[in-house]
Amino acid sequence: MSEAQEQRTIRCLVGKVGLDGHDRGAHVIARAFRDAGFEVIYSGLHKAPDEIVQATVQEDVDVLGISILSGAHSTLVPKIMDGLEEYGAKEDTLILVGGIIPEEDRDELLDLGVAHIFGPGASMDEIVDFVRENAPERR
Amino acid sequence: MSRLIDDLLDGDHRALARTITKIEDRAPGYRDLVSQLHDHTGDADVIGITGSPGAGKSTLVDKMAEEYRNRGLTVGVIAIDPSSPFTGGAVLGDRIRMASNTGDMDVFFRSMSARGTLGGLSTATTDAVKALDAFGKDKIIIETVGAGQNEVDIVRTADTVAVLVPPASGDDVQMLKAGILEIADLFVVNKADLDGANRTVQELREMIEMRRDELAVATGHHGTVEKTGDESGTNDATDDDTLSWSPPIVETVAKRGDGLDELLSVLADHREYLVESGRLETKARDRYAAEIRTLLREDTADLLAAEIEERGGLDQFVDRVLDRETDPYAVADELLGPIEECIEEHSG
Repeated sequence: MSEAQEQRTIRCLVGKVGLDGHDRGAHVIARAFRDAGFEVIYSGLHKAPDEIVQATVQEDVDVLGISILSGAHSTLVPKIMDGLEEYGAKEDTLILVGGIIPEEDRDELLDLGVAHIFGPGASMDEIVDFVRENAPERR
Repeated sequence: MSRLIDDLLDGDHRALARTITKIEDRAPGYRDLVSQLHDHTGDADVIGITGSPGAGKSTLVDKMAEEYRNRGLTVGVIAIDPSSPFTGGAVLGDRIRMASNTGDMDVFFRSMSARGTLGGLSTATTDAVKALDAFGKDKIIIETVGAGQNEVDIVRTADTVAVLVPPASGDDVQMLKAGILEIADLFVVNKADLDGANRTVQELREMIEMRRDELAVATGHHGTVEKTGDESGTNDATDDDTLSWSPPIVETVAKRGDGLDELLSVLADHREYLVESGRLETKARDRYAAEIRTLLREDTADLLAAEIEERGGLDQFVDRVLDRETDPYAVADELLGPIEECIEEHSG
């Protein structure tokens, strides 16, 4: 067995949730993650929070990146968080939010357990480094 | 028994997912986990779906899973996508096509990257199938990497292999001849509403018949084919027709669900054939034998690697070979020596 195989591969789910058809950002992130050597699962557009939860649990991803540009984050993110909690998946998943999140809504999301919010202007390197440093240690 | 496996056997989705992760990562202790799973496996029907990229594998798998669920069966899906040979990274896109089963936790869908292995399967796939089997899934569907000519590993894991062929792929079908044709238990001409579907069906039929003739010629006269194909010796009461299997061709339009009923009934027929002919047991025996061999190869390779390390690394042996002080065969003998001695001691 080679060294590379023994090293743990970081798995990410890039999720588009709700009625929001803007997926350019999600695509760019997915690609950047792939090029960083991560395994990336892309949810596709218009997913319900339940579907994101199902995918996160079954795929056992280290990182869930939720992309929201619709402004519905305060409704959608809590639903995802509750779902993950139900399956015991909230604790050891690194949860990131990307998109347009107004300043006054940020604390609320962070309190829910979102590790970081990346807005417009965040660089790929910054995001990839953040994932590398913060991907949870697994049992 | 470990808590993870207990939870898995209790039907905890998270435990199943985590077990598969450990298997994929070859994490410390994963072998114990797989060992503990073994006793609980053997009940699932494992179906492999393979075919060229864009043939419609993911869409078909989605519809199959939906239909099995309608019939009250639980389903596990493992979908494998290629990984980058440069970074090891991958975008696993099969899940997007699983639109019919989102929100239904009784379809356990797992994306896997091939992690650099050839053959269209990830090395961890066989073990991941065991986890799904032990979890209690009735049907396990493995979707391979979009396959070319030689991605035939799927036969070593699946009981039934369906090869998808898109229409108007006359030349492609020719190319499939050597590798993929031989592993197909059935063919699915998907996108059957497109031009050229009839021709593709026709070409496949000709190929299957040609192959049957070749087999008959190669093994002498009619009748021996069945006997050599069945080594378990349970063929006394059954006649030739039920014992031989010639790959049927099913036409489907996966996105509309057309032909799905026929596909599922052909899959069920094949399962029945496997059971009645004793092939299922033969396959299981072959599979376990291959698995044991693979493990032994890996383990002895590890032992040897340790031995080589102990003696200062492979490079110095290579140096001596280059200087014509010794040769590769002698080096191999020298390194294997201690292991051979141990074996002789034990058996003596």
